[in-house]
Amino acid sequence: MRRVVITGAGTVNALARDVPGTLQAFREGRCGIGPLSFRDLERLSVRIGAQVPNWLPEVELGTHALPLYDRFTQFAVYAAREAMRSAGLDAGLGLRGGSILGTAGGGIGTWEDSYRAVYAEGRNRVSPLVVPRLMHNAAASHLSMIYGLQGPVFTVASACASANHAMGLSMQMIRSGVADVMLTGGSEAMLCFGGIKAWEGLRVLAPDACRPFSVGRRGMVMGEGAAVLVFEAEDHARARGAVAWAEVAGFGMTADAGDIVAPSGDGAARAMQLALADAGMDRAEVGYINAHGTGTTANDRAECAAVRAVFGDATPLISSTKAMHGHAIGATGALEALACLLALRDGVIAPTIGFLGPDPDCDLDVVANVAREARVDAALSNAFAFGGLNAVLAFRRA
Amino acid sequence: MATEIETAVIAILARQALLPPEAIAPGAMTESLGLDSLGKAEALFELEERFDISIPFNANATDAAEFDISSIASIVAAVERLIAQKAA
Repeated sequence: MRRVVITGAGTVNALARDVPGTLQAFREGRCGIGPLSFRDLERLSVRIGAQVPNWLPEVELGTHALPLYDRFTQFAVYAAREAMRSAGLDAGLGLRGGSILGTAGGGIGTWEDSYRAVYAEGRNRVSPLVVPRLMHNAAASHLSMIYGLQGPVFTVASACASANHAMGLSMQMIRSGVADVMLTGGSEAMLCFGGIKAWEGLRVLAPDACRPFSVGRRGMVMGEGAAVLVFEAEDHARARGAVAWAEVAGFGMTADAGDIVAPSGDGAARAMQLALADAGMDRAEVGYINAHGTGTTANDRAECAAVRAVFGDATPLISSTKAMHGHAIGATGALEALACLLALRDGVIAPTIGFLGPDPDCDLDVVANVAREARVDAALSNAFAFGGLNAVLAFRRA
Repeated sequence: MATEIETAVIAILARQALLPPEAIAPGAMTESLGLDSLGKAEALFELEERFDISIPFNANATDAAEFDISSIASIVAAVERLIAQKAA
């Protein structure tokens, strides 16, 4: 079985527009959450989020592509450019290259603008590019065209686990010999009137801050952005002299088969166990868990119980970086993989900021407020989605 | 004599709890109805639609609730207050 390594990464999110800037923000415990800015904001009760500030796609990507790119595609294309550059890869991987990306909402902004035009403004037609903009696979397809990826290219939509499912499947594609290089991760652009309005109804959004595992937490804060990682067969990377940032060692996925929103905890624990087993990893190797850690009562309690069930009394360091980059829904696992890279490669655990004090329901070693230096040999990254879908990645130090 | 608001609150909760309205006493505690989190969210949505009010309730901060959903009586009182505020 071929080993899979990460040889490059790119991102755009509320904290920064590249990986070095994002990792620096993680080290500093900087918060990307602030007042939202978009049309009809005054009709929302929740007005904070982790929005990419001052995003000007015509400047970042050029005007030619804009008619075809929804915001979620813009983020993916932008992040992929840094990923390819940092991996030292050129376009033209052909049949041996692919892309699997996660997104929960796809081109939700395009849906919104088009519905507004025909329903609210009484217009009788929308742009002929609406369908190719809004389709969930648009971002992955544009990466395939830009970089000549002619192998497996598709999109995974599993709500908040989308990016982890995408990365897990990408690892399996390389392991099984279907591809040598996969551009993978996730992209999400749900910070628009309709996106937030839909979440408001669930009454799980915090009005002030995201404080995972902390007393006084009042829920999640939505984010947006993309992270794209280059997953590569180790033999392929070595042959071209590429540096491995970390190994993608294992993947576990399960379904609760219980409730459409409430997490069971058991499914999460089984996904962690499967990821460890898939990686051939003893639980004692794991030095860090990047938690799903949404900051809701339901998730945090269930996740902590699941970690306890898997690790017993020897629980690893844990943090949720959503307090910084927000919950980027279908992209969030990809942003959180960057925090795992920081831990494995640089020995720095990104903190859970906004932490006011331990909650008895979340009795774990939470790295609170300030980053911590620690040698980490292996890390898990959890994602537990609405719909009861759990996807856990296991990474090793290269 | 039940008020219009109390009758509506009981009818909405009964629908979400899959119970006949007469099975819910005005003195009942919400917890006893066996509603899950989505059922509660849907009931609050229906109350907002029924009375054209906006209910400040965060499922993650029930201890610091601005809108007390612990019992039928507390929900009725809170809805009455919101309707009065709207009129003011």
